[in-house]
Parts: sequence; C-alpha cells; structure tokens
Amino acid sequence: MKNKVVNIVLSGVGGQGVLVASDVLVAVAMVAGLDSKKSEVHGMAQRGGSVVSQVRYGRKIYSPLIEKGSADIILAFEKLEAVRYLDFLKPGGIVIINNQQIKPLTVYFANIPYPEDVEAICRNKTDNVVIIDGIKISEELGNPRVLNTVMLGVLSNYTQFSEEHWINAIQQRVPPKTFELNRRAFEAGRTAK
Amino acid sequence: MNKTILSGNEAIARGFYEAGGLFASAYPGTPSTEILENIGKYSEIQAQWAPNEKVALEVVGGAALGGVRVLSAMKHVGLNVAADPLFSLSYQGVNGGLVIVSADDPAMHSSQNEQDNRWYARAAKIPMLEPSDSQEAKDFTILALEISEKYDTPVLLRTTTRINHSKSIVTLNERVLPQQKDYVKDFAKNILLPANARKKHVLVEKRLEELAEYGTNCSCNIIELADKKMGIVASGVSYNYVKEILPNVSILKLGLTNPLPKKLIREFADQVERLFVIEELDPFLEEQIAAMGIKVEGKNRLPILGEFDQTIVAQAFNSDVPADKSVLDEVKIPPRPPVLCPGCSHRGVFYVMKKMKLTITGDIGCYTLGALPPLEAMDTCLCMGASVGYAEGLEKTAGDKLKGKIIGVIGDSTFYHSGITGLIDMVYNDSKAKLCILDNQITAMTGHQENPGSGLMLKNDPAKKVDIEALCRAAGVNKVVKVDPYNIEETLAVFKEVMALDEPAVIIADAPCVIKARIIFSKPYFVDAGKCTKCEICHRIGCPAIEKDEDGKAKINPLLCIGCDMCLQVCKPQAIQKPGE
Repeated sequence: MKNKVVNIVLSGVGGQGVLVASDVLVAVAMVAGLDSKKSEVHGMAQRGGSVVSQVRYGRKIYSPLIEKGSADIILAFEKLEAVRYLDFLKPGGIVIINNQQIKPLTVYFANIPYPEDVEAICRNKTDNVVIIDGIKISEELGNPRVLNTVMLGVLSNYTQFSEEHWINAIQQRVPPKTFELNRRAFEAGRTAK
Repeated sequence: MNKTILSGNEAIARGFYEAGGLFASAYPGTPSTEILENIGKYSEIQAQWAPNEKVALEVVGGAALGGVRVLSAMKHVGLNVAADPLFSLSYQGVNGGLVIVSADDPAMHSSQNEQDNRWYARAAKIPMLEPSDSQEAKDFTILALEISEKYDTPVLLRTTTRINHSKSIVTLNERVLPQQKDYVKDFAKNILLPANARKKHVLVEKRLEELAEYGTNCSCNIIELADKKMGIVASGVSYNYVKEILPNVSILKLGLTNPLPKKLIREFADQVERLFVIEELDPFLEEQIAAMGIKVEGKNRLPILGEFDQTIVAQAFNSDVPADKSVLDEVKIPPRPPVLCPGCSHRGVFYVMKKMKLTITGDIGCYTLGALPPLEAMDTCLCMGASVGYAEGLEKTAGDKLKGKIIGVIGDSTFYHSGITGLIDMVYNDSKAKLCILDNQITAMTGHQENPGSGLMLKNDPAKKVDIEALCRAAGVNKVVKVDPYNIEETLAVFKEVMALDEPAVIIADAPCVIKARIIFSKPYFVDAGKCTKCEICHRIGCPAIEKDEDGKAKINPLLCIGCDMCLQVCKPQAIQKPGE
C-alpha cells in the first residue's frame, strides 16, 4: 500500500486559536487510525506574532515538517498569513482563507503596505481558493473565539474524515463545557457557502 | 485507549511519571518550559520552579540523594548556568536516578544563540540520549533514569525545538514506582574534596568505557541495513528527514550519543561503501568518528547553521529538490513580529527612557521587544542578568559623554535569576550606574510561570513573596523608588531625578502583567478625528491597538484597546479620548 501523506499548513495571528485547531486535526487523523505529526514553534504566539502549524497524516509519518511546494491545503485564519506561507502550497493545492484583515504594526512604522489583492496573489498559484467570512459566522454563533472550529468545519469538506470522526476529535481536544458550542461552530463551517 | 497525541515536552513529563519520578525542578525557558508545567499536573510528583537553572539542578541533586527519581529541565543556555553543579555531579553520581533535559534551539526560534549542548555531555563525561519523536521522548526519559541508577551518573536527555514542540502519537503505560532508596552518609562519594575527587575521576573514565560497551548493545542504537552504497549515521529529529528523503540507504540510528558506541559504528562503517553523518549544528558525531580513523563525510555538504528539514537534506544529496522560486520574491508583505501587548506596562518605561536618550543595557524577557521599532529603547541584550553588569561596566569606562545616561533594564524573574548578584557588585564596587526593574510579578515571556515574587508556587499553593524593594536596600542601594509606569509624567520625573544621582539607584516599575492579571482598565479609547493632526506621536509608543484610517489619522482598534491611557497622555492635540462612563 502506498503511503499517501496529506500535508496541511494552518496559519494565522497569535490569539486566533491556530494551535488548538491543529491539535484537533492531528486528533481526527488518529481517530481515523492514521499516523500523524505536527510541528509549530511557540513562545511568541501570545504576542500577536505570525503563527504557523504544520500537520501531516498518513500510514506512516517521519518528519514533522512540511516541505515547501508540498502542502495539499493552506488553512489561513487571516488573509496576509495565507500569502506568507503560500510557498508551501503544492501545484493545484487548496487555499482556504478567512476573509479577515489584521494589520501588523509594521504597516504603519515600516511603511510596508498590506497587500490589497490577497485573493489574486493566491489565484496566481492555484485555482482552488476558498474564501469564507469566518468572523461573521462566529459572531452569529455568539462567540468570536470559535473561529478556529468554524475554520475546521470548512476544512472538513476537503478531507477524507467522516463527520463522526471530526466530532469525536473535537470532543477530545476542547473543554467539555464548550463542546456543544464548538460542535455547532463545526457544523456552521462545514455548511458555509 | 492507551494511545494519545503528545508534544515532546508532554511526552518527557509522561515518561517521568511512568518511571515513578517523584521530584522535579526547572527554570522556564523556550522550548523546555512545558516539561515542568506538565509534570506539575501529576499529583504524585513534587514539582517546583527554581529562580535559576543552577538552583534547579542543585535542588534536584539533593532530592536524588534522598533516594528518589528526579528530573531537571532547561533550555540550552540554561545549562550554561547549571554547568557548575553538572560537572561535579558527574563525579559524585546519584542515589535515585537523575535526568537533566537540555532543550536546544537550532535556528534560534526564541534564543540568543544556537549552541550545541551535546558538547556538555562529552565535557562532563555523562551519558546522553537523543529522542527523534514524542514516543522516544517518553521512552528515553524512562531509559535515562534506568541508566542513571545503573551507572551511578546524571544523564543528559538532549532535545531540540522540533522534538519539544512537535506532536505525535504515543502509547501510554502505567506508572511503576520503584522502591525508595535510603539516604546514606558517604564521605568518599559525596564530599568532593580533591582526595576523593581524584578517585572519583578514575571511576568516571571507567564508567564511560562501560557505557560505550552498553551503547553497542543498547536497543536505542539500531542499524537499519538497506542499500549498502550509502550509510548514514543520524540521531534526533534528523533521522526523520533521512527516512523521508533517502528511504533506501542504510542507517545507523543513534539514541545514545555519548559516549559513542565505537564498536557498533565500526561494524556499520565496515558494511557500507560511503559513510555520512547527518546532524544539525556542530560536527559532534562526525569529528569523533573521523578521529576513530574512519572515512566519513557530513559538514562538507550540510550546513552547520540553523535547523534541517527535508529540503536541506535533499539538496545535500541532489535528489528531488523543489524549485527555489518564492511568491515572496514578487510580493513584498509586511512582517508580523511579536510586539508588546496592548496595555503592557513596559511601554511607558521605554517611552520615557527613549525620550531621555538614555543608553539602555537590556535583558531577556518580553521587554526585549522594547529594542524593536518604534520604541528602539535598548542598546544591548546578551544573556540572563547581563543588563546589570553591562550597565556597571559601561558606566566605568564610557566617560563623561554617557555620564548620568546609563541604565540597565531587567524583569522581576530575570532579576531573581541572576540580576541580584550584579546589583550587589554595583554597590560593592561603587558603581554610579542605575537599574530599572520591570516588576510585572510573573515570568511572562515563557507563558506566565510563577516566580519568587508572584505569591504562588507551581501548583498554585500560596508562597511568600520576595520584597524586591527591601532586597535592593539590603544589597546597599540607598535610593530605591517605585513608580506607576502608566503615569508617564510621574515616571519621567522619577527617571530624571534618579539619573542625576551620583550613586547606584533602582527604579521599580510596579505593575502586574495585564495578560496574566486579565486587566481591562476601561472601555476602548477613541480618536476625535477632527482634532487629530497626524503628528504620529501616539504611534511612537508602539501599541498594536493604534492604527491609521484612510486619511492617515490615528484610529484605535476597539478589539485590542484595554484603556491603559498611555496614548492619551502623549497625544498633544488631545485627539485621543477616554470613553464616558
């Protein structure tokens, strides 16, 4: 049996819940009986810096890192952070972007403009660009902090895992009292247009 | 279900638990911090933060004397601080098993250097284990404690950021608690007087020979024979890159990397046509193998800098290498570096010091971010505690040009770690330099660990608080002043008064970390666009909540602002407004 490995890059800004989302993704792979690894660097994540987590799953995984040009999916919680890690995308890969703009301070004091045309930059690289309004969906659920689970709901449409596996994984990784809210957030993301 | 997903750090904690560990101590430092945090979650284990790594290792050494299994964890540079007890512990040996985790940081994700701590194992003549994933991180922690007891030696468990902070699947086992050994007074073993130490050194050398023999048969050192044209020696995370990129080569995977299992290496080298070592940072294995008279390559094609990944290994061996062209060559995007949080108390102090054009010797913590634009209020940052000695030394040699201008800046946790000795030196040697202690009552940068000034211990039991002000006075500093850093005018006045003194003095910026204390001062402030003159002074405080609107006028992001009031205080045209109650 060929060892088909799926590579997913999750990126965003400190505080958006990127790392918890990637924990859930590793868990769903394990629930489905696959090997899985992820890698990230924390330490600065709470200080509003750029955050990236790399998740890989398949029959057997060695390296916790994704090579540039080999990511099947980039799941970006913020527009600029999709562009920052675009080199990881494989030809024809999928970019899922939360249509939110968080300007870094360097826009003001280093005068490097925030790119206007994030979608176009991504479309230069692939036809598969999915843009969702994750903040609106989260606010409709009454809590902007479930953005990460909404994003996983969107992602779930592009992975091989069943809804049951996803819900099981979410239950493992989120605090019990927030499970119901997260379950609804997952559904909202999964059915988002 | 006995399988779960653990980070390397969680797995080390789990391994310590399963091995019946009973006592652990550490000082926080990325990427090692979560090891002790996770050990602290087990009610069966005593776990405590130390003020620095040297103290942590000494307390752990004493705990091992008591006959139980112990652990100390630190980042690579922390082992420099703990090197003194380390080298002599090697001679003394242990009673209960003792493992020291050194978490190295190739690529310097959050460190000031990328030293290779494998040299410590060699220099201190102690065994070293290097796990390649979370499962091994757990297994090797248990093995390290067994080796420690069997060979009467501290054991170094050496990890790198990609091991500590990667997660993978781990099989869990039950905890097995070994019988506690008795404490026995033992003059020849535990008193390292020269006469005893000379005898101990003989045993240390003998121990290394025995361990080299053990390494040849140990299940953690494995030969995976395949195509014999190429043989690769690898350990730690590098092993995984080899498996991905060169799936058909023969591999000698080393888990025990000090002392080297020389017999096994020879056996492997004899079977392959060309021998390579794939190791991050220094040619630690390569040089030793070459010294055995074996023809070996490695650093002739692999970098000595930074960390590896599949691409770097692929490029070194010319297999499928992805194109170098980057999207970012065509599109310039703004970087997103970490910044001081909205409402952080450090901001006011840096704003004042910059305004006074002071020469600032800095230190290690969140406040190191004050060195970056737009605050740029820091001249040096070297190592934990160096702000104090640097201020003193610079003041003594820089001459009149910097008279009354030199101040060290240090956080509370770093001050306890190794700033206090510098301050004693300042007083003792009649320094005129000044010190500002940013006392936010927590070890913030590494994720808010308790410390001797925070009032809580690791497991949240109440603790006595160090009184920093009294501590500075007891060291002999006459002028110790507390300021409220949120009051910029008052802070400026205090700095002006203190900097003019002809004696050492300490300013304590007294304000808890807003993130840890969950402080929200008020509803978000706002800008009266009609009054904003685009002078941009508010941008100079470097608050991430202050943005610009389409006209270039200041705009406050209500999702980020916690109402600390500093921007209002610096806004001359009074455009920034506090919301009504």
